[in-house]
This record gives sequence, structure tokens and C-alpha cells, in this order.
Amino acid sequence: MISPFVDGFLETAIGPIPRVATILSRLDHLGTFGARTGFTRDNYKVTPGLYCVGNPAGSSPVLVTANYKLTFDALRKELAGIDCWILVIDTRGINVWCAGGKGTFSAEEVAFQVQRAKLDKLVSHRELILPQLSANGVAARDVKKLCGFKARFGPILAARLPEFLQTGKAREDMRAVTFNFRERAALVPLEICLLWKHLLVAGLLFFFLSGISPEVFSKAAAQSRGATLILATLTAILAGAALTPLFLPWIPFRQFWLKGALLGGLSSIFFVAGTTTASPVEKLALILWISGCASYLAMNFTGATPFTSLSGVAKEMRKGLPFQIITAALALMFWLAEPFI
Amino acid sequence: MQDFRYLDDTAILRLTAEKCVGCGNCALVCPHRIFRVREQKAEILDPNGCMECGACAINCPVGAIYVNPDDGCGCAAYIINSWIARMKTGCGC
Repeated sequence: MISPFVDGFLETAIGPIPRVATILSRLDHLGTFGARTGFTRDNYKVTPGLYCVGNPAGSSPVLVTANYKLTFDALRKELAGIDCWILVIDTRGINVWCAGGKGTFSAEEVAFQVQRAKLDKLVSHRELILPQLSANGVAARDVKKLCGFKARFGPILAARLPEFLQTGKAREDMRAVTFNFRERAALVPLEICLLWKHLLVAGLLFFFLSGISPEVFSKAAAQSRGATLILATLTAILAGAALTPLFLPWIPFRQFWLKGALLGGLSSIFFVAGTTTASPVEKLALILWISGCASYLAMNFTGATPFTSLSGVAKEMRKGLPFQIITAALALMFWLAEPFI
Repeated sequence: MQDFRYLDDTAILRLTAEKCVGCGNCALVCPHRIFRVREQKAEILDPNGCMECGACAINCPVGAIYVNPDDGCGCAAYIINSWIARMKTGCGC
């Protein structure tokens, strides 16, 4: 089956090469939505191999990219009016930077795809342009050694490629990673959607725990108190997985677990102020639960940022995890104790 | 990336100046622009800006750069799993 983003074929010395569209279709946007919300994220791939844009010749540049469809789309939509080759390598459907870190975007894989595509019979030059963020997985000198093509690192963002191709140089600002509001906002849906399964399990558990009472099990209490706990958890998700990423640079503290605990704590105060049915002990339990939960979710967001070091995350987790475990345990204790007081 | 600062004195990044040949690969690939090459030697301008991505070390032709080699994306869930795995194999060192 021909992929829907292929809008023709270019006849070359090594056979027909699929030509890809530079405008994203409704289907592509739907796929982006699916990937960003986690529904199709784990199997959103492009077949590795050689593609082209426009009418490239032997002297046209070769751009190397990962086979995550979101990555591939981000690249091709910036290439309108440019004649070039795209070499998609097999990163198992993972983006450039993460694949570099995991070792699948490697010199060996680039060289393998160069040889498989018979690139040396297609182009007259011996140069590949790699995304700068693949440098954590690709030793450029090894690419040359393995396949004879020189690997050059292009800009971080595909959007800057036209300028790079024209001037042959990457300006300093093309080489520095950014994490602006829009980039952070794009990550929020996934942070939330990855939690659905956990929330479902938690919901059943909340229902069960909330019903435990002096008369063994109260179905009415299970329903009303269970619902309160679910709403509290949604508040924690809002604070830790949405507000923390969005307002990241403006929230005090550098450690993410503290940022999350702060926003969780503030949100929990609003939450308990809005619940009329909860007793003081229950309110205390809710404050602890929302704060601890939000703290954990914020801490987990470190994995999605482009500036947190692994050493730093491990360090803050040694403080954050005990806080989260203790708040959750106390919350559970108070919540269970309430019907018996 | 001056808007975003993470924990100071934490990232593991070492440059052995004697080995450095001044090729500039580290300065080229670093996504946080923390290197500078002067008089044929690289120097680290902003060690606290390092996120341990490892691009400099892997592209250093003479092995002059050492970065925390633990792999992983740095998300909490992943680190917890690696801690559990380490406990299971009985190696806490």
C-alpha cells in the first residue's frame, strides 16, 4: 500500500523514489492528534528508506530523519519549494532526540540505511545532513568510516532547514534548544491522556476504600466519597500535569516535586473550600492527597523537558518520593479513619 | 536556555583539557551552548547548564569528555523502574 503522504514517484538511476507532499493532509493532522493524546503514539511510524521532495538531482542535499511519523511530518512540511532527498532511518517510531539517547539513532543505523538505499549510486556528493539533536546518538566521524558519507549536523528545528540549506551555516540560535509556552502546551495532552488507565484502576479502588465503614461497607458512602476522591485526583492532575508544565518558568523552586507540591497545595485549598460535604479530617486527607499526587506528576514531567539532567532528576527524587509516599499514606489513613471517628 | 535553570552542581560532566585537540565538535553539538573553544582548547562556560545528553562526549574524537553514562530519559517512572530493577539484582552500588 502506498502511504497517503506520497504524491508521486521520481524516476531515478536506482529506480522510482517516492515523492512526499509538503502540505499535511487532514489525515496527517488526525494522526498528530492521535500521537499527541497517546492513542496512536506507540505505533506511529513511517517505512524507513529513501524519499524525495520536489525534483532533486544528484547534487541535492540528503536530509536524515527518524521514522516517527510526527517527526517525519514536522520535517516535510518545512520543505515546500526545496528539492532534496529524505533518508528515513529505523528508530522504531521514536523521535530523533530520544532515539539518539536510546541508541537507535546511531551511526551504524544511518550507515546501514545509506547502503540499503544505494545512496552512493544516486547522489554525486558524499554528505548527509543530520538533525543536531541526533548528536547524542551519532558520532559523526563513525558515519564517514562506515559508509563514506560525511555527516553534518543541521539545525535543531526542521523549520530552520530552508535557511540552513540556503546559507550552508547554522546560526547560534538554530543550535540552542528552546522550551517556550507553545512547546510546553503541546506536551500537556499526552501527560494527561497517559493517566486514563491509572485513573480507571484508581477509581475502582477509591470506590472500595471510601465505602469501608462501621457497618462493614456503605454503598452510599462509597459513591459519594469515591466521587469526591476522583474529583480531587482530577484536581491533582490539573495542577501537576497541566498547570506545572504550562507555567513552569514562573513557578518558584527548581525541583519539580516542589513546584508540583506548591501548585497541588494551592489547588487543594481551593478544592476543599468548594466541597461542602467533607469533614475536617476528610479535608486534611484531600489536601495531602492532591499535594502529593501533583508533586509526583510534576516530578514525572522532568522526562519531557529538554533541560533536566538525569543526575538532577535522581537527586530530586530522593527527596520528592518520600514526600509523595508519606502524603499519600497519611491521606489514606485519614480517609479510612473518618467513618470510624 | 537562561529561562530554565535546573539543579546546580549536579550534572556529571568532565572535560580533560590535556586530551582536548580543540576540534570544536562539543561546542557545535551542545543544545545548551555551554562550550567555547579558545586557543585550541575547549572550555565549559556553564557547567550547570548541562543536561547530560551526551552529544559532546560521543562526538569527541579523543575521549576528552565524560558525561554521566546512565541512559534514560530522566522521567521519574523510568528511574523508579531502574531502582527497582537494581534492588532485584541485589546491586546497590
